[in-house]
Amino acid sequence: MSTAEQNYFIPEPSRWPAVAVVGLFFLVLGFALWMNGVSLGPVSTGIGLLVIIYLFFGWFGDVIDESLTSKYNHDVDRSFRQGMFWFITSEVSFFATFFGCLFYFRNISLPWLGGEGQLGVSNILWEGFTYTWPLINLPDVTNYTQLIEPMGAGGIPAYNTIILLSSGVTVTWAHWGLKKGNRAQLVWGLIATIALGMLFFALQAYEYYHAYAELGLTLNSGIYGSTFYMLTGFHGFHVTMGTIMLMVICARSMKGHFTAENHFAFEGVAWYWHFVDVVWLGLYLFVYWL
Amino acid sequence: MSAVIHEDHHHEGPPAGFKRWLYSTNHKDIGTMYLIFALVMLFIGGGMAMIIRAELFMPGVQIVNPDLYNNLLTDHALIMIFGMVMPAAAGMANWMIPMMIGAPDMALPRMNNMSFWLLPAAAILLLSSLLVQFIPGTGVPINTGWTLYPPLSVQTGMGMDLLIFSVHLLGISSIMASINIVTTILNMRAPGMPLMKMPLFVWAWLFTGLLLIIVMPVLAGGVTMLLFDRHFGTSFFDAAGGGDPVLFQHLFWFFGHPEVYVLLLPSIGVLGLVIPTFSRKPLFGYKPLVFFMGFLFALGLVVWAHHQYTIGMSLGATMYFMIGTILISIPVGLMLFNFIFTMWRGSMTFETPMLFAIAIILMFSFAGVTGVMLAVVPADLQYHDTYFVVAHFHYALIPGAVFGLYAGVFYWLPKWTGHMYNEKLGKIFFWWTTLSFNLTFFPQHFSGLAGMPRRIVDYNIQYIEFNQISSIGGFLFGLSHLLFLYIIIKTVKGGEKAADKPWEGAQIGTPGLEWTLPSPPPFHSFTTPPQIK
Repeated sequence: MSTAEQNYFIPEPSRWPAVAVVGLFFLVLGFALWMNGVSLGPVSTGIGLLVIIYLFFGWFGDVIDESLTSKYNHDVDRSFRQGMFWFITSEVSFFATFFGCLFYFRNISLPWLGGEGQLGVSNILWEGFTYTWPLINLPDVTNYTQLIEPMGAGGIPAYNTIILLSSGVTVTWAHWGLKKGNRAQLVWGLIATIALGMLFFALQAYEYYHAYAELGLTLNSGIYGSTFYMLTGFHGFHVTMGTIMLMVICARSMKGHFTAENHFAFEGVAWYWHFVDVVWLGLYLFVYWL
Repeated sequence: MSAVIHEDHHHEGPPAGFKRWLYSTNHKDIGTMYLIFALVMLFIGGGMAMIIRAELFMPGVQIVNPDLYNNLLTDHALIMIFGMVMPAAAGMANWMIPMMIGAPDMALPRMNNMSFWLLPAAAILLLSSLLVQFIPGTGVPINTGWTLYPPLSVQTGMGMDLLIFSVHLLGISSIMASINIVTTILNMRAPGMPLMKMPLFVWAWLFTGLLLIIVMPVLAGGVTMLLFDRHFGTSFFDAAGGGDPVLFQHLFWFFGHPEVYVLLLPSIGVLGLVIPTFSRKPLFGYKPLVFFMGFLFALGLVVWAHHQYTIGMSLGATMYFMIGTILISIPVGLMLFNFIFTMWRGSMTFETPMLFAIAIILMFSFAGVTGVMLAVVPADLQYHDTYFVVAHFHYALIPGAVFGLYAGVFYWLPKWTGHMYNEKLGKIFFWWTTLSFNLTFFPQHFSGLAGMPRRIVDYNIQYIEFNQISSIGGFLFGLSHLLFLYIIIKTVKGGEKAADKPWEGAQIGTPGLEWTLPSPPPFHSFTTPPQIK
């Protein structure tokens, strides 16, 4: 006899994947045109963004409906968990790329350019160039702007570290609440996490403003600025995504969608949030501090 | 519970019209779309190769200007790799893995459909990156080759941006497909199908999927930095700003070398099914084969810089990459020996898939030998960027990847369509492609060793003979695919009815469950987990 527990849930044909592709296509086509000054670019990007927002409501809506009508059995839940695990693995690889680049510049290519080591002969390119990190004096500043002062590790970055670490605690506290069936603890834990995420974002935005206005630290100020913005920028983007995901989860918690046994969506977001947290620790250590 | 049973009744058959395909959540339909997409791309990428060979028939510039030539060269590689081999292998994974392991479908069917439909979108961007050069004011065409090395790729025009975003979409598609396949394999096996009883094809795709999950984000990161260097004033790949153009090469090949195994492993998986079937003997050394694939997976991730010996690495790094690369020949060689020992004293028959399998073992070994030559640093400094390299990787990728896919197509066509293909035409196709392939690429070893550089539209008159042989072989090779297309269309449309198990030896060794299903299988194969004895 076939029961819900035996049958793996296969969704009905769904329009959302196709909608997602249309949205992504217009989004990136718009970017490519925009960067080349074609006036249709922003329009295309805008259409893409709208389609993607529509998509999120639609696709998430379907999935939430399916979850609430108990269509997902234990196996489906495990597929979701494993899928999320592999997704975060690929994200780890993505950030490892940028960290790898940072280490490559700091330990391999810039020392060579400064005349150190076996391949230090490349110092003939810009004779007298000395390697320091943060790299303030570029080999050739013609096409770049001069960095005035690098970003320190104290102040805002230190506060942000405390904020993100605390948000990891609050999301775990919310999880405990969920497991105990204490919805108030769950919701307040999530609200605290979202608030900390937004505070982090605001401080980061202020830090960028400060860097551009006062430190001369811009995308165009050489490799220190390039790596700084690439790493913190992609991290900030992930914090933003994570905060939006937390908001969705918080709204669902308020409606009582989760039970102590069945709450993959919550755990998926919590994993993602912890991942963002750990990446920040790496950033604080290698971008700001050391 | 009755509601669930009721629902099972009204989605038995496929929905009608375009929605069946555009909104599909069915692994077989999505697999079919992947395979058709790959076939279309085979002809587009192949058409580009025909233009390249026509241009190289004579020295001098006759048909296409140098920039367009290099753009065609770039797109030929990208289309064949991302548009043809990977989608074809993914299509086979989609079709076969759920049936082999007794799963009702892929683990995440909607995401599966999204991975497919991202491909046509990416293909549109890729082809517009080629065509945009004909609009005035869009700058220099993409003349970098598929490796997209800066500083050249920072200086090219608008096409490069379209290409970068196309690569982003392709990357998203591959990562999603890989997550799906890995999750399916790890979570959806029927009871009684432990990991060490899985058909070799499933193992091959498990490693392929893991490789893609690890390396695709690195390529995405690399081309994103390229984009920032192009438009937002960063200096990742500009030494004047403290960056390093060589870094891009490291990022690219950290993706690019494992990518070779991404292309190769699914075909090794197909060999692991075809050879036991037609030798009527269980696979020799199944467990070691799985172990060798794992070894290949791990080694493949840490030897990338053998593509860049000439950039000026430290001696220690060069030695490490050389030794690591030569080590790779051990698991690959052992795999080939396992296949040969499987055939040893088997009662062999030579249907088309088996012919391809044997040809792969011979010709891929040849690529392995030239590969070891290229791995040796002092020798490589001579061969670097010559036609010897072109000959080497075409011997690796056409027998290693493409012929494996052909073997898979002929092996599974009866299962997919319910009809037997015409064996005689299949054999003609085999001999035609194999001979013309060798005619095309064998002479390139000689022109390369004589010093003919790759990626250049013109060449010295001393290389005329080799190039003319190559071009004639190339045209014949291209033409043979019309026969391939004809065989496929003919088999889809009709022909002798195929049995559930069309190959006598298909259940030998570590078979999947696909042969227990009718040919063609029903729209939903397993609604409840099958019991395996």
